[in-house]
Amino acid sequence: MMQTSRRLLLASTIGLAFCMASPATAQKTYDEGASDTEIKIGNTNPYSGNASAYGQIGRTIEAYFKMLNDNGGINGRKITFITYDDGYTPPKAVEMVRKLVEDDKVLLVFQTLGTPSNSAIHKYMNQKKVPQLFVATGASKWGNPKEFPWTMGWQPDYATEGGIYAKHILATVKEAKIGVLMQNDDYGKDYFNGFKAGLGKDADKIVQVATYEVADPTVDSQMIQLKNSGANVFFNITTPKFAAQAIKKAAEIGWKPVHYLNNVSISVGSVMKPAGLDASQGIITAQYLKDATDLQWKTSPDMIEWNKFMDKYMPQADKSSSYHSYGYAVSATMAQVLKQCGDNLTRENVMKQAASLKGFENPMLLTGIKVNTSATDFYPIQAVQLSRFEGESWKIFGDVLSNEGASQ
Amino acid sequence: MTAATNSARETTVFKRPGVVNQSWWIWIGLAGLALLPLVGGKTGLVSNFAFLQLSLMIVYAIAVLGLNLLTGFNGQISLGHGAFFAVGAYTAAILIDQADWPFWATLPMAALACFIAGYLFGLPALRLEGHYLALATFALAVAVPQILKYRHLEPFTKGVQGINIFKADPPFGLPLSSDQWMFLVVLAVAIVLFWAARNLLDSRIGRALRAIRDQPLAADTMGINSSHYKAVTFGISALYTGVAGALHAIIFEFVSPDSFRFELSIAILVGAVVGGIASLPGAVIGGVFVQAIEKYADALTKKISATVHLPLELQPWTIYGIALIILIYTMPTGVAGGISSLRKRLTRYRG
Repeated sequence: MMQTSRRLLLASTIGLAFCMASPATAQKTYDEGASDTEIKIGNTNPYSGNASAYGQIGRTIEAYFKMLNDNGGINGRKITFITYDDGYTPPKAVEMVRKLVEDDKVLLVFQTLGTPSNSAIHKYMNQKKVPQLFVATGASKWGNPKEFPWTMGWQPDYATEGGIYAKHILATVKEAKIGVLMQNDDYGKDYFNGFKAGLGKDADKIVQVATYEVADPTVDSQMIQLKNSGANVFFNITTPKFAAQAIKKAAEIGWKPVHYLNNVSISVGSVMKPAGLDASQGIITAQYLKDATDLQWKTSPDMIEWNKFMDKYMPQADKSSSYHSYGYAVSATMAQVLKQCGDNLTRENVMKQAASLKGFENPMLLTGIKVNTSATDFYPIQAVQLSRFEGESWKIFGDVLSNEGASQ
Repeated sequence: MTAATNSARETTVFKRPGVVNQSWWIWIGLAGLALLPLVGGKTGLVSNFAFLQLSLMIVYAIAVLGLNLLTGFNGQISLGHGAFFAVGAYTAAILIDQADWPFWATLPMAALACFIAGYLFGLPALRLEGHYLALATFALAVAVPQILKYRHLEPFTKGVQGINIFKADPPFGLPLSSDQWMFLVVLAVAIVLFWAARNLLDSRIGRALRAIRDQPLAADTMGINSSHYKAVTFGISALYTGVAGALHAIIFEFVSPDSFRFELSIAILVGAVVGGIASLPGAVIGGVFVQAIEKYADALTKKISATVHLPLELQPWTIYGIALIILIYTMPTGVAGGISSLRKRLTRYRG
């Protein structure tokens, strides 16, 4: 009798212990903006103003999250994507981001666009300890986990890209005389400094630097100035609207330099077509995403998925615009991070998971380019491949050039 | 411009001529605002972000008041008040960021810096009239962002990336958030400045200003030193807008050259005209307008696009433009003027 009751006592105690143990492992932890049913993500994009071509990215992200929600969301939670217009101006970006954090109470802010806008909210986000994730700018300063642990970029950084162009010029152009057109802000300076660093002691090959302001209506006079300097190489550091103007003007004034265009303006639909496909032949850039106009990717599975997504969720959109592949690709990274978070949706865990992407095969990235982050590596993508505009699309050439593991 | 600023169009929404009493409901309104942080804030009815919005409205009201003093009461047009706003903002930001000054000490410095800037600009500019003065102030507005980006000033201005500063916590351990505390500070500064403007305009100096605006030749003949008054008014006007700029920097916690582009000068002018160019209450309405219009235009555009399917893509600026045209057409003397004529019409029916 006694033995049975002791065994019973032991069994029930062990049983009770198990019951106490399991809720702890299935515990859900949330920060503001996350719950059992939803995850609130905030964003600002320039839907108006001189950089409104980029607004297509915001729309694509919106469509992507809608697709995710239609398929059950992430870990059973729907994504509520709140996006505001910032007109590519820092003060408006500051105001809208404060609204997202303090009024809308989002869990994290994702893909805010523009180097100037992100510079403006950089300190605020880190002070408030809200993730400023996968910002839509390649400025080098976003990969600084020691001083700014809540900020992370996504695309290959501008300084590296500029350096790659510099090395290519030195290797392929004899007696280069370089003319540079750059936007007079943080983004332009980042590219330019990387370019100069890449040239090293050959930096004196730069014969002319022309700048422009985001609020300027045209860059025609700068282009004429560059032609008159006698430059035979052109490094074009411009956002889409001005890139199209520059390409068009160069053709008009009969200036045919070796033309390097920064990656942020290679959208065929928004830049090459308005500039004129004839004028755009031979332009060189560095890519990391599969371009929708490049027929070699026609049969690759992620491109087929992307086409299905575009047909269903963005039927009116111009598929030749690279912003749709960009938006799709970066949203896939965000989705992966949230998936990795599981039920622990605190801001701290979001950053932790964002810093734990190991060889993630992100859809739409070029073959051989993967997403890698760690506690000390806040540069998710660090590899590019040079490509040249031929016919109606970008054709990649050469090898994948990687900067992975380089100390930044 | 001189026709629009004729004294006959000066609005007397609150003040009955000859009577110096203050309408009681201004006091009630101010008391309500002052108690808002305690009532609204504590109960969570009014969020911190809403307090930021309200503070910005008051800040723009002060900026518009500065322009009103110059254009409405003194007849000198300015398309460049964004420049003084920027000078005030950067003065405050640099002193807080680099010299660790407490925010309240930066306000007199910003006021002084802008008064000097305004006076110095006013001295040569007062030889210009009408279009030429407009062009000169326009040049100032366009030049200032570029000066702020100037390489050799970067050690102070930090160039294009701007300066980030942080709001101080409320003193004496008051149970308020930073946003609520700054709201009270901005309100207090606004009350002092509006009161000072009221006194200035009611005094001998105010009458001299109006005389210069309406009949410059007669004013000169009467012995009013026009050049002196015009330059001083420019200085005072710049002072007001500069203090507004400093407050903006403190509550917004961020300044950059691109925050003060030419569009800001236009926005202040539009706010002044919409509110009522020669009216103190008009300045308040103008300030609210400047802060609120973009959001409303944006929200209204989204609503209209969602409900009515138009063949073209509606932009917020279209709504903004249409709203402005309707306003100017129906209320040429601004909203304050519109309220004033409405009151007159109602009292006429009553009497």
